[in-house]
Amino acid sequence: MKIIVCVSLVPDSTTKVKIDSNGKSIDENGVSFILNPYDEFAVEEALQLKEKNGGETIAVSFGGDKAKDAIKKAFQMGIDKGVLIKTTDSEFDSFTVAKNLAEYIKSQDPDLVILGKQSIDYDGMLLPSMISEMTGLPSTSVVVKMEINEKTITAEREIEGGKEVLMLQMPALIGVQKGINEPRYPNLKSIMAAKSRPVEEINAAYSGNKVRVGEMKMPPSKSSGKVFTNGKDDVSELVKLLREEAKVI
Amino acid sequence: MTKSILAFAEHKEGKFKNSAFEVVSEASKLAKECSAEMVVLAIGEIDQSAADVLSAFGATKLILVSLSELNSKSPVSGIQYSPSATAKVISAVAGKESAETIVLSATALGKELAGRVAVMTDSAVFNDCTELIAASGKISAARPVYAGKSIISISSDSEKILITIRPNVFKPERKEESNVELIKMTPDDLAVTSADFSVAVKEIVVSSEKLDVAEADRIVSGGRGMKGPEHFNLVEDLANAIGAATGASRAVVDAGWRPHSEQVGQTGKTVSPSLYIACGISGAIQHLAGMSSSKCIVAINKDKDAPIFQIANYGIVGDVFEILPALTDEMKKVVSQ
Repeated sequence: MKIIVCVSLVPDSTTKVKIDSNGKSIDENGVSFILNPYDEFAVEEALQLKEKNGGETIAVSFGGDKAKDAIKKAFQMGIDKGVLIKTTDSEFDSFTVAKNLAEYIKSQDPDLVILGKQSIDYDGMLLPSMISEMTGLPSTSVVVKMEINEKTITAEREIEGGKEVLMLQMPALIGVQKGINEPRYPNLKSIMAAKSRPVEEINAAYSGNKVRVGEMKMPPSKSSGKVFTNGKDDVSELVKLLREEAKVI
Repeated sequence: MTKSILAFAEHKEGKFKNSAFEVVSEASKLAKECSAEMVVLAIGEIDQSAADVLSAFGATKLILVSLSELNSKSPVSGIQYSPSATAKVISAVAGKESAETIVLSATALGKELAGRVAVMTDSAVFNDCTELIAASGKISAARPVYAGKSIISISSDSEKILITIRPNVFKPERKEESNVELIKMTPDDLAVTSADFSVAVKEIVVSSEKLDVAEADRIVSGGRGMKGPEHFNLVEDLANAIGAATGASRAVVDAGWRPHSEQVGQTGKTVSPSLYIACGISGAIQHLAGMSSSKCIVAINKDKDAPIFQIANYGIVGDVFEILPALTDEMKKVVSQ
């Protein structure tokens, strides 16, 4: 089974956002970057499938040199091969990323493509369905459980207040959600082994964003609220304020 | 032909959802600003009276595609619906109606459809928008990134734009109801074939009748301060008293106390209800990111220095195990008035 996992590097979720002097992205000074948490589930799923069925796992990332770090994290978890689709552009939208990943995927003819349902920076959630349409691979996303029987995938996807059970024929593309597995921690041996694994570089074949970012702003700041300190004795006053002042009850 | 704006309206068993009202209302405003006509599309069995409800939000014309007729094109029988075929229907209707702008809700379904329809129609995507601006016929938007830690403004030179709007953010204005013209289209009119059914939903499982955090207008969330899964009945009691959904912090989801579908924050759901009550949640950055755009935030925590108090509109410093039952009782009294 040949499995491609799409990975990306994102600021750690504990990052305090400051806006860069360019006014349109975050100031990366002092920010630590991690493998997108949803991609960790994708990597883990690929590794488990390989352990069960044999085959090859490839991590692919789109971006500048820095994106290699995402691939290296995937190596540490146990991914076999890594490919960076390299761009020198500093701005790219979901369409550009999807198009480049789709071109690479088509050239590889994988049995399965797995990726996180979204990255935790731009929260687009667009890549799984965009790549699916661009490659013609059947897909679904926000998957919390998947089973493969011969060439048929039965996937459970999370929706508001429930789940959908879907059927797809392989080759297919799956966007994964937290809950599908428990990503492994790299051990010393796998970290050492990852060091010598090379990242293949190819040039981005497509550029041409459809969406332009104007400016980045901080959300409106909250003025400090009323804080009571008498515990349960303040409950009736709180409820009164919620009803009469905030008008939310 | 005049330009048009297509609004995709979601419904449940023939009754339009609140998210549909938001989509129709926003699309109608954009249409006015852009001197375009708004057309609404729904897939399913909708009767005249249900359709007329949309007129209160500016709809005059509803294109209807029967779900059973659509599903009859599926190569596999007994399916609920197909996301890929749904995307094909939206794209084909947009083509037929010369719609350059398509508006969907950023629901689970809307998010799944957005990327597909965008590729099919070669549209730029403004997704999960919390603000829409139309000026001289051009639409731009604002959307939260980093789970709401910052907001970006976006625009495009593309003629075709697909917009998804975040549920619960836009407040639809309700006007007087009138008649909506129903126009039926068949899968054949839209050139749907069996090849469009690459993925199909064979079963929809409702895990509980409980409201989902992503859709709820009121949320009561619990964190590590609840001290164990066995105490979450206190959170649920308060939620039930005010018709709220229950949420959770990452810490308690990771600890296995609560299902991850309840997780609010950067690696969970981003929410903006009218009322958010945080119980025993200290307010890690990644949690605050997911809920700080809530209109009214109430924090209950024993630590007066907890970061959650910095963004709360109201807070009580104290023991959640004493405060929650008292608050539930008080709320019951007030709500029943």
